[in-house]
Amino acid sequence: MAILTALAHRLVKQKLIWPLLAIAALFLFNLIVIPEFYRMEWKDGHLYGNLIDILKNGSPLIIIAIGMTLVIAKEGIDISVGSVLAISGALAVMLLDSYPLWAVIGAGLTVGLLCGLWNGMLVALLGIQPMVATLILLTIGRGIAQLITGGQVLTTSDEAFQFIGKGHLLGLPFPIFIALGVFLLTYLFKTRTAFGLFLEAAGGNKTASAYAGIRPKVIFMTAYAITGVCAGIAGIIISSNVASADANNAGLWIELDAILAVVIGGTSMRGGRFYLGGTIAGTLFIQALTTSIYSLGVEPSSILLVKAIVVIIVCLIQSDVFRQSFILSKKKVAQR
Amino acid sequence: MDQKIVLEASGISKSFPGVKALSNVSFALRKGEIHALMGENGAGKSTLIKVLTGVHERDEGEIRLSGRVISPKSPQEAQALGISTVYQEVNLCPNLTVAENIFIGRHPRKRGLIDWETMNRESERLLDRLELDVDVRQPLSHYSVAVQQMVAIARAVDISNGILILDEPTSSLDASEVSSLFKVMRKLKQEGLGIVFVTHFLDQVYEVTDRITVLRNGEYVGTYETEQLTKTELVSHMIGREWNETDAKAGAAKEIPTGGEIFLTAGSLGKRGSLHPIDLHIRKGEVLGLAGLLGSGRTELAKLIFGIDKADEGTLTISGEQLADMYPQKAIQKGLGFTPEDRKVAGIVGELTIRENIVLALQARKGLFSYIPLRKQKEITQHYIDLLRIKTPSGEQKIDNLSGGNQQKVILARWLATQPKLLILDEPTRGIDVGSKAEIRKLILDLAATGISILIISAELEEIVQCASRIIVLRDRIKIGEVSGESMRENVIMEMIAKGAEVYGDSDGIGA
Ligand SMILES: Nc1ncnc2c1ncn2[C@@H]1O[C@H](COP(=O)(O)OP(=O)(O)OP(=O)(O)O)[C@@H](O)[C@H]1O
Ligand SMILES: [Mg+2]
Repeated sequence: MAILTALAHRLVKQKLIWPLLAIAALFLFNLIVIPEFYRMEWKDGHLYGNLIDILKNGSPLIIIAIGMTLVIAKEGIDISVGSVLAISGALAVMLLDSYPLWAVIGAGLTVGLLCGLWNGMLVALLGIQPMVATLILLTIGRGIAQLITGGQVLTTSDEAFQFIGKGHLLGLPFPIFIALGVFLLTYLFKTRTAFGLFLEAAGGNKTASAYAGIRPKVIFMTAYAITGVCAGIAGIIISSNVASADANNAGLWIELDAILAVVIGGTSMRGGRFYLGGTIAGTLFIQALTTSIYSLGVEPSSILLVKAIVVIIVCLIQSDVFRQSFILSKKKVAQR
Repeated sequence: MDQKIVLEASGISKSFPGVKALSNVSFALRKGEIHALMGENGAGKSTLIKVLTGVHERDEGEIRLSGRVISPKSPQEAQALGISTVYQEVNLCPNLTVAENIFIGRHPRKRGLIDWETMNRESERLLDRLELDVDVRQPLSHYSVAVQQMVAIARAVDISNGILILDEPTSSLDASEVSSLFKVMRKLKQEGLGIVFVTHFLDQVYEVTDRITVLRNGEYVGTYETEQLTKTELVSHMIGREWNETDAKAGAAKEIPTGGEIFLTAGSLGKRGSLHPIDLHIRKGEVLGLAGLLGSGRTELAKLIFGIDKADEGTLTISGEQLADMYPQKAIQKGLGFTPEDRKVAGIVGELTIRENIVLALQARKGLFSYIPLRKQKEITQHYIDLLRIKTPSGEQKIDNLSGGNQQKVILARWLATQPKLLILDEPTRGIDVGSKAEIRKLILDLAATGISILIISAELEEIVQCASRIIVLRDRIKIGEVSGESMRENVIMEMIAKGAEVYGDSDGIGA
């Protein structure tokens, strides 16, 4: 028994446990209420089903949330990712007419990188509040995307380009592999170089890290740059998936889901420690929630409300303070 | 003497994961006494205080206030019961003004609005009592750690009502501040307050306290009348074996390298508003001391050399190479290391583990891509945990969970791990217990013997005199002299500092 409680304690300390529990609870709910949720189909050599949809539709969010994890570890935030995504998607589709695919992808990533560096410059070098600094690109970003598309929804019929978002590999949607790749790269960058240590140190105590010879500004710039590139990648996937670039609606509100995923994943908004695995779990939870709500047939107008309620519950359970006061009051009741 | 017991704790136990911080500890504070709480780093002093004041929930035991059982759940609650505390890690708001910090949570009001005038006037009066001359309208961050500590004390003294607890309040104070603090403490004692006082300075214990309670490894050793306990006995109780003072001083046989090659030269190095241009050189294997009062420019000089602050005049030459521009990364590349005086702000990264804190500077020097393998990191960490006797269940413990003195040792380890050529130590033994202090001083001399240069700053003149082979004396941000050899004695240096007053006119207070 003692071992069990000790184990339970250890598990509770693990940040990853909460989003995983949340997913498990959601899946259990689905199993009872909408068993057909789990139906899978093998058609034309591809796997289809809600679970696959969650992974596929969640891919851009996963990629963006990975970048977001890094800036939040810095005690920052990047609310411009949706706009950057729109710029990259718009640019890619526009260039597709006259340039080869590799150049198009390169341009999408580069514009993401530039946007990230711009945010990084405002935040790290000029010391502007992250929320305000990235608000700039959030607002003008969509304008830039509009300029690129000329105010219209650009479409494309380029097969190769569409493979990125719609194609299949080994029976699974291709975006899943891109998300996996981004995760692995970032994870390796975190654990096989000193970047993880430097970012966690600089995010935890900027002054002390500077005294120890780390250059927090460089580290923060890097975090924002990576986030920009991630948004660029997501932009290409999304525009490829729908074979068009919509400057107004591509990736709208995605920054909010990404921030939420990071927080549910256990990374604190106060900076410091960050958990990439937690972020993935957080993203999958949010995506699974969205998909579940749709399959439940909830009125589209109340979807956001349902989502908000579930998220509030998850965040409350995650909060040490809430949990403790809850447990305490239960103990008191038991004593009586 | 009034023997009435105001605060009594009995059978207190407290565990943290992997650590039994307190086991069955008893403690009784009388009315109108100053009671020292003594013990090695990690003995459980701060934990006991935190349990008494509701920061930590105790596992077992009972606390009585004037005979009545109490169980405060938070420092605020303890405060309401009349127990006011200055914790070891001072918790103030650096961007609020000094006055706001003193009155935070209890601003005087006039017609519903904050009465700034009264607040400022009252703050001035309080600080006057501690003989501290600062502008209460300035943000707190404007002032040194010492002033911040005094402000915290002033606040606690003002709200104290029956019991005042001070956890290492004097660790960054100079002799003069300490004596004004003691004056106030004695006065409060006369008024019937019970005061708990934690320090690692034995002299201070014998100067002000009436009784001493000793803890060791989280266990209660005993309570003694200060007058009846010799220093030797006290330390023996603390460390749990025989101790004599000459032991601690042994190994202080230092060589005085004069012929050594010059490692670093500062030529008229200065920064307006912070330090008057100063000349100095450090030889290989030399321990150079920087003496002076608070605000005399000791730390400022260290920061200029290490490139934390940018000098606006003068030159810096290291190993014969004149450097145009200095910043910490470059300093580290050139083989410099710097343990800052403000451990919490500029030293530890609280959320990270001991291992990560130790390898930080070494990794910064190696750069982003030559990541030190985890196995190697653990090796390094274990090496320094053993060498400096850092008290912790493992290197993977969060540094925030270490006791103050042990955190200080980790920061020292961080720089030792970089195997520096010049180590700048700003208050390296702040908050470190008697035994470890002697060991660290010995370590400094050993390092110097292997050819490492050391620049040491300490508010304890004794420490500098013991370690350094040459001492530069600063006053009011000016170098007023240098002593070495025979004349390197505490009283000579004190006299120089005092005389400086005549030579250079009045000081501009101990602010900044
Ligand atoms: N929050 C915590 N989590 C885990 N361990 C802790 C925590 N706080 C203290 N400890 C451990 O409890 C022990 C006692 O620590 P404490 O801070 O009371 O020592 P101390 O006597 O005040 O030492 P110092 O003189 O260095 O300040 C130490 O081993 C420390 O590592
Ligand atoms: Mg302590």
